[in-house]
Amino acid sequence: MLSVLIILPIITVIALLLCSGLKQVRVVALGGAVVQLLYSFYILFTYWEQRVVDGSQMLFQEDHVWYAPLNIHYHVGIDGISVAMILLTAFVTVAGILVSWTTAKLSKEFFFLLTLLSMGAYGFFISLDLFTLFFFLEVAVIPKFLLIGIWGSGRKEYSAMKLALMLMGGSALVFVGLAGVYFNTQALSGAHSFNMLQIAQQHISPEAQRLFFPFAFVGFGIFTALFPFHTWVPDGHSSAPTAASMFLAGISMKLGGYGCLRMATLLMPDAAHYYSWIIILLATIAIIYGAFATMMQTDLKYINAYSSISHCGFVLLGIGMMTQTAIMGAVMQMVSHGLMTALFFAAIGMLYDRTHTRQVAQLGGLLKVMPFIATVFVIAGLCSLGLPGLSGFVAEVTVFMGSWEKADNWYRLATVLACASIVVTAVYILRAMGKVIMGPLQVDGATVQHNLSDARWNEKIAAGVLIIGIIAIGIAPFWLTELINQ
Amino acid sequence: MSIPLTHILFVSTALFFIGTYGLFTRRNLITMLMSIELILNSVNINFVAFNKYLYPDKLNGVFFSLFIITVAAAEAAVAIAIIINLYRNHRSIDVEDVKEMKN
Amino acid sequence: MEYSNYIALIPLLPLAGFVLLGLFGKKTFAKSAGIVGTLFLFISTILAFYTAYQYFFVNGKVNGVYQPVTALQYTWLQFSLGMSIDMGALLDPASVMMLVVVTFVSLMVHVFSLGYMKGEERFATYYAFLGLFTFSMLGLVLSTNIFQIYIFWELVGVSSFLLIGFYYDRPAAVAAAKKAFIVTRFADLGFLIGILILAFYSGTLDFGTMIQRITGTNSPVLAQMTGYGVVGIPVLSWALTLVFIGGAGKSAMFPLHIWLPDAMEGPTPVSALIHAATMVVAGVYLVARLYPIYLIDVSVLKLITWVGAISAFLAAIIACTQTDIKRVLAYSTISQIGYMLFALGVPAYGEAVNTGYTASLFHLFTHAFFKSLLFLGAGAVIHFIHTNEMGNMGGLRKFMPITHATFLIACLAIAGIPPLAGFFSKEEILITAWQSNKLIYYIALITSGITAFYMFRLYFSIFYNKTSTHSDHHGEGNLNMKLPLLVLAAAAIVVGFIPFTHFVAANGKGEEITISASFSIAPIAMALAGISLAFVLYFNENDQPQKLATAIGGLYRAIRQKFYFDELYLFITKKIIFNGIAKPAAWFDKNIVDGFMNKLGWATTGISERIKALQSGSIQSYTLYFFGGIIALAAVFIYLWT
Repeated sequence: MLSVLIILPIITVIALLLCSGLKQVRVVALGGAVVQLLYSFYILFTYWEQRVVDGSQMLFQEDHVWYAPLNIHYHVGIDGISVAMILLTAFVTVAGILVSWTTAKLSKEFFFLLTLLSMGAYGFFISLDLFTLFFFLEVAVIPKFLLIGIWGSGRKEYSAMKLALMLMGGSALVFVGLAGVYFNTQALSGAHSFNMLQIAQQHISPEAQRLFFPFAFVGFGIFTALFPFHTWVPDGHSSAPTAASMFLAGISMKLGGYGCLRMATLLMPDAAHYYSWIIILLATIAIIYGAFATMMQTDLKYINAYSSISHCGFVLLGIGMMTQTAIMGAVMQMVSHGLMTALFFAAIGMLYDRTHTRQVAQLGGLLKVMPFIATVFVIAGLCSLGLPGLSGFVAEVTVFMGSWEKADNWYRLATVLACASIVVTAVYILRAMGKVIMGPLQVDGATVQHNLSDARWNEKIAAGVLIIGIIAIGIAPFWLTELINQ
Repeated sequence: MSIPLTHILFVSTALFFIGTYGLFTRRNLITMLMSIELILNSVNINFVAFNKYLYPDKLNGVFFSLFIITVAAAEAAVAIAIIINLYRNHRSIDVEDVKEMKN
Repeated sequence: MEYSNYIALIPLLPLAGFVLLGLFGKKTFAKSAGIVGTLFLFISTILAFYTAYQYFFVNGKVNGVYQPVTALQYTWLQFSLGMSIDMGALLDPASVMMLVVVTFVSLMVHVFSLGYMKGEERFATYYAFLGLFTFSMLGLVLSTNIFQIYIFWELVGVSSFLLIGFYYDRPAAVAAAKKAFIVTRFADLGFLIGILILAFYSGTLDFGTMIQRITGTNSPVLAQMTGYGVVGIPVLSWALTLVFIGGAGKSAMFPLHIWLPDAMEGPTPVSALIHAATMVVAGVYLVARLYPIYLIDVSVLKLITWVGAISAFLAAIIACTQTDIKRVLAYSTISQIGYMLFALGVPAYGEAVNTGYTASLFHLFTHAFFKSLLFLGAGAVIHFIHTNEMGNMGGLRKFMPITHATFLIACLAIAGIPPLAGFFSKEEILITAWQSNKLIYYIALITSGITAFYMFRLYFSIFYNKTSTHSDHHGEGNLNMKLPLLVLAAAAIVVGFIPFTHFVAANGKGEEITISASFSIAPIAMALAGISLAFVLYFNENDQPQKLATAIGGLYRAIRQKFYFDELYLFITKKIIFNGIAKPAAWFDKNIVDGFMNKLGWATTGISERIKALQSGSIQSYTLYFFGGIIALAAVFIYLWT
């Protein structure tokens, strides 16, 4: 039943190949994404029912041998965390396709790559076999290079290359880590195993964990903007087309967070405890330093990209703290940040389509001419600065509460610093909001323009879908915690 | 009495290095080809000589040298065909002018 | 009726108004938004009054003591066992009193805005935001859980941001909104960390359980919290101080007061609601909520006392020099909240535990009425004359008789002239101070004189001073604007007679605070002196004030510039944080971290360029390498491989 999550995008991709013209292509892509979204909800509900009956760690498992000599399986299964990530992916995919509704240039290829990217993410989140996991991780990387390189703006070749190289470097490290894990396992039949659940049960030796954990963690960490390997984030996001930015920040960075989480909690918990102070140190640096670096940015996309570094720091902080509450907070932060940042990029993209600039200094008072987009921008901004009632708050607070459970003064200090970042966040969000949305109307330095239109229907739906997700978590967080907690 | 093996080897070595020197220094493709022929022939001499002096009851060395002569002839044919084509394109058979494969 | 049947409606109705007007306001309710919003709030207000009646007179008292009642409680976010954010409604005398104040003042403001905001382009949005604010404030007041109060604390902050920045195309309004949000956010950081500490030690977020665990006899929690110190200060003091910082930020106490005067950029009714009567007293309410815990730690109470007293005094002095009528009122608000806070803190010096709590909340109660009346009056004046500057006003009493009369009542009330509301509450505060700490008492006494002076300076400048040059072209305003003024004026007269001490007290029982007539002589004399001075200087247009100002020169300038607090903060933010931290961080990221990555990339390309140079394309160099290789291999095999 989980394989449908992968098969649906494949069908969509094949259907896309048979289509011609923007009109057909986008309808097919959207149709595929919507079906996928509905199916994700179906999975959510069946998971909810099944969990009561079935007590096992991972539900709906499917296991087929893929390549026997190396004991590689196609093995999928989900727990609550995976379900949350699948839902996130489905939401962002629908929104991303709607936002790029009018992409005229090579539209077939564009939607093809977007769908492929989403397929990689779905596969990644349901994989229980480390090799399949790695396979889908790679599937999700390459389309990004093309999306940025072909449809991007600004220094797109440089950014695409930088992003692809750094992420490939990350994958290489991940592979070293996974191979290390693989060769330190003994499966029942005598062969090594890629099976995550078996590995978790076997408790591979602490020495091996300590040796290979850094590879896997840093490798996944690069995907989720671990300091100091975060520099692909600003360049990559700002050069990417809107939908690709949404995918990058909304889904792709979560691949890394999810990978780190599985490494730390499931595969190599001993090493994660051993290295936790380093993870916390790096995460705290990322949170504070990302926030301060954001303050000096002048381009809206750079602002959001740097703030993503800061926000993803919370994910890593939660993972590093290793308490149950903190890890729950990390997952919530992943979901919340995925929705929020996708919404933010969507809003920035809509502004850019109309004003053709992303420089804060050149924009002003847009609430007057495009109230809908401005409202979306404000909601995304408020979510980013952690306003209660929106998803950012519950996630951050859960991380704080979980971190505070560690009764050690150094950990406390890290938590206090992380808390302090919410003030800095407020400063940069309000600065951008105060200039772009509020204030006297201004575009491109000139104060006159009449043909700035508000959002079209597709953009309204895209933003609406994401806002619904944000508010659903923000005002009723209990369903998400219920889902994540076993 | 008879000529010792070392003399013959000396000749073949001299021939080999003359060929090598020609290959390194000449810029004309034809002369480079001729240098290669010299190298091949030095090898032929070695084969024949070793056959004669060390294993007089076998003919392997002779066969090898016949084989090399054949291959060298074929090679010369192909090489000269290439050179002629190059000359048609470049109006030159200077090796310095032939760098299409680079970059 | 059980509370649980309807209590949730009180905050949720304004929220429904917000959602309705926010989503459909522009098209469907463009004209009727005001009526819709007011209607929702009206029902809320009736329910709130009904709740108050039920609580205070029907079933709140058990054995003569008002018991806290948890009317509703839902688990909202479960962190770990026993640690959860609950959403609920807690009824105790303080929260029920606040419920009445918030709904009543909010209703008055809603009605007033019908006239004041008429014809605004974003009329519906305005009412939506008012609904959001009222919802948040009611949620804050009813909180059962310290995190619930934090959540609504943030929500009132953002409503305040949205409403201050309502005229979003004015740069000053945007700057003020940002300032308000960021300053309070900074203070909230303290609050958040305070919560984390309290939660960690007490193992709960629920107010009742937390207070019980910390204040219980021989409480192990308390022993832990006082026994362990960071930087030589027990964690209990840390926690309470940090929580108080949050409160001080919201209540605009020195030195976090700088946002409130700027917040006057918002529409005037908003200032009346948020920045005078309700949100800014949240700090007082927060301390009152955790009062049993604060009573344990005398050092923090002393800190609160001095912060309150200094705020009261300095703000009163600054108010004397401001010329923008709303700014005068803003500083007056800071000063009055200072009173409430030191009344809470001053029992640390003496025995009068209950009187401090009661007096503080009583002043909060009366202040809400007369201060919102002052703001709405000021709003009416601004609506009439289209300026905030005192210098452009004068002689308005003829044109605005009702505004004039109600404004006078409010001024007398705040100055502490009997028998108006402010007199009673201020007397209670003063007697608490007198019983506990004489120095605080004298500061409070002098401040009350200054209060009378600047309020009447304001009053005379608006309504007397010079003959007005304005013509009576559009009248005083319609009934929507006059009615709230009259209702609030009536309230400002009568609420002082409510036997408040019987209802709201720290121990729930209520008690008598007796004030002898002889004690009242000094405060009343001070107030009269202040009024007389204002009369001499401002009743008629003259050059006395100008002379006085030049006479004290430098001091006057310093006060006029609000003791240069804004400049100080500007220096800290712009010079230290922006240039000292953010810029280096951005530079470091661009040049060092990213620079390293780029260097790595370029180094790779450079090396491959070098390798590529070997592929010269000339056959002869290849053969040369080939022979070189053979010779090297030969050397290896012959000489080294032995």
